[in-house]
Amino acid sequence: MRFRALAVVCLSAILAGTVSCGSKGSQKEIVIGEYGSLTGGIATFGISTKNGSELAFDEINKKGGVLGKQVKLLVEDDQSKPEEAGTVVTKLINQNGVCAVLGHVASSHSLAAAPICQSNQIPMISPSSTNPRVTQVGNYIFRVCFIDPFQGAVMAKFAADTLKLKKVAILVDVRSDYSVGLQTFFRQQFRQLGGEVVVEQSYSQGDSDFRAQLTAIKAANPEAVYLPGYYTEVGTIVHQARELGITVPFLGGDGWDSPKLWEIGGAALNGCYFSDHYSTDDPNPAVQKFVADYKAKYGQTPDALAALAYDAARILADAIQKAGSTDGSKIRDALAATKDFPGVTGSISINADRNAVKPAVILKVENGKFLLTETIKPEAVKL
Amino acid sequence: MTTFLQQLVNGLSLGSIYALIALGYTMVYGVLRLINFAHGDVYMVGAYVGYYVSRRLQGREPSIGSALLVMLVAMVVCGILGILIERLAYRPVRREARLTLLITAIGVSLFIENAAQLVFGPDPKFFPSLAPRADFHFAGMRLTSEQITVIAVSVLLMVLLRFFILKTRTGKAMRAVSFSLDAAKLMGISTDWIISVTFALGSALAAAAGVLIAMQIPKIDPLMGIPYGLKAFVAAVLGGIGSVPGAVLGGLLIGTSEVMVVGYLSSTYRDAIAFGILILVLILRPQGLLGRVQKEKV
Repeated sequence: MRFRALAVVCLSAILAGTVSCGSKGSQKEIVIGEYGSLTGGIATFGISTKNGSELAFDEINKKGGVLGKQVKLLVEDDQSKPEEAGTVVTKLINQNGVCAVLGHVASSHSLAAAPICQSNQIPMISPSSTNPRVTQVGNYIFRVCFIDPFQGAVMAKFAADTLKLKKVAILVDVRSDYSVGLQTFFRQQFRQLGGEVVVEQSYSQGDSDFRAQLTAIKAANPEAVYLPGYYTEVGTIVHQARELGITVPFLGGDGWDSPKLWEIGGAALNGCYFSDHYSTDDPNPAVQKFVADYKAKYGQTPDALAALAYDAARILADAIQKAGSTDGSKIRDALAATKDFPGVTGSISINADRNAVKPAVILKVENGKFLLTETIKPEAVKL
Repeated sequence: MTTFLQQLVNGLSLGSIYALIALGYTMVYGVLRLINFAHGDVYMVGAYVGYYVSRRLQGREPSIGSALLVMLVAMVVCGILGILIERLAYRPVRREARLTLLITAIGVSLFIENAAQLVFGPDPKFFPSLAPRADFHFAGMRLTSEQITVIAVSVLLMVLLRFFILKTRTGKAMRAVSFSLDAAKLMGISTDWIISVTFALGSALAAAAGVLIAMQIPKIDPLMGIPYGLKAFVAAVLGGIGSVPGAVLGGLLIGTSEVMVVGYLSSTYRDAIAFGILILVLILRPQGLLGRVQKEKV
């Protein structure tokens, strides 16, 4: 009996959520939810993403909003814990009645929240989760960035063709879907291009002593180390590697992109490379305007995650406008039809798998700055 | 062979950290028969105190003097924290059932972890370098000054502790309390004072471990005490809880085996092997490697 009462309460809460979102015209504003890590080990990801989407919605609201209404963004913190992501997204959907969800950066978090959005038929756009499985959850899940097979292959191509490396080591975060994905595709592509992976070692997110792995890597004598992790561990690992006398460059992915990376690793990171979504060096006036606006508002240079969040927010607003409604399935259809959207991270078209197809850039770490080294187009890499 | 020796050094330096923390577990267990779950969090507070003190010192040239100062301040602050924890949380329930005390300890641990997230902020912080750095090459190995410091300071503190317990009056009283609290009280020993001293000593050692690890890693965060506290607890049980040399042996064993497993097998087996050793030892020798069998008194 008590169970039944509970079920009724839950159901009515869910219904209330859908109704408040579905009923158009009655509300003065459009409520959009965002979940991210604002605290914890990957906090700068969440903060950059929040800044980027807020900047986009501010601009949109100044121009009159969407469907004649102002957009309101609700941001929830999951404390850098994947299991919390599901909880906060459930809250956004059921309690706040959001009509679309933005997030997350980390693939493990996106994978925790995506099934909830899918079953509630609320469209979710991940600005920067690159693991392929994220959008495979269902037809309501989108992303505006490239995926790991491409990102891993891009770094393999750069290592083999530009740096002319033959022997690399890999150090992977086994608890991160993102890191394992990049490792798989990097290894595959690097071998195809005639290279050899001499040793593979692993760690878990949250570890702090990496000497054992690094000593084993040093013994294998590689020409570079592929380290597809997140910045907190990356900074710590490179710092410890230099202490152990490993002088070769480290290569990584977009998980490195954080203003904190340099603060943690410091000069140990000089001469390392990572793949990313965009570069602030891009002369495109739209990019330069975004960089200037962002700097004026937040006092720092936007990283790629801020830029992707900015694009994701604008694509979502554009889709709601085109759908002419805040109904989940109509927004979904409009999102799926996105073609050649002029984003600051490049021209964005959503393909049949609800992924964006875009070029990647290789950035070099040099005294706290990330310098554009090479741009690699999607067609340059054979998967 | 060089790689093996290098891994051995890595393992010993990690193991000394575990040993320092394990000493606190074992000493408190010795006098109170309590697993002080908040001990790992005291270690974390030690690292943070060190962080804030060294921020104060920043701008000065890194020197051994300032590193020592940072460590001493952290040890004193945590020693006081240890006494406070015992006074405020454990003493009021000391005469209650053992389970009450244990649950209180878990509560204190959760309280410190969450308070630390509030006070220090939940984001990781990065420890500035304190002592001048140098590398030593020896038989193809590369020893950093930090690794040598960790091992040397740990050994020094353990020798001092042993001297304190065996040669001083307070140490003798401590051993008496650990033998039998009630009998010690009847002999005129101020047991409350001895328990406070035990907490202060254990917490100061944990603070030293916190500063040492922070100098090496150099990342600190409010939840860093959980994995280290757990491993150190395992080390204390492995060596025989209540036994001071046992805690040191257990710490070194756990540290070395972890590093070897990561270096030669895979990081995913790290904890499995550490806890596997614990289970094996508990089956074959339930009192731990150096522990004494205690007869149940009726």
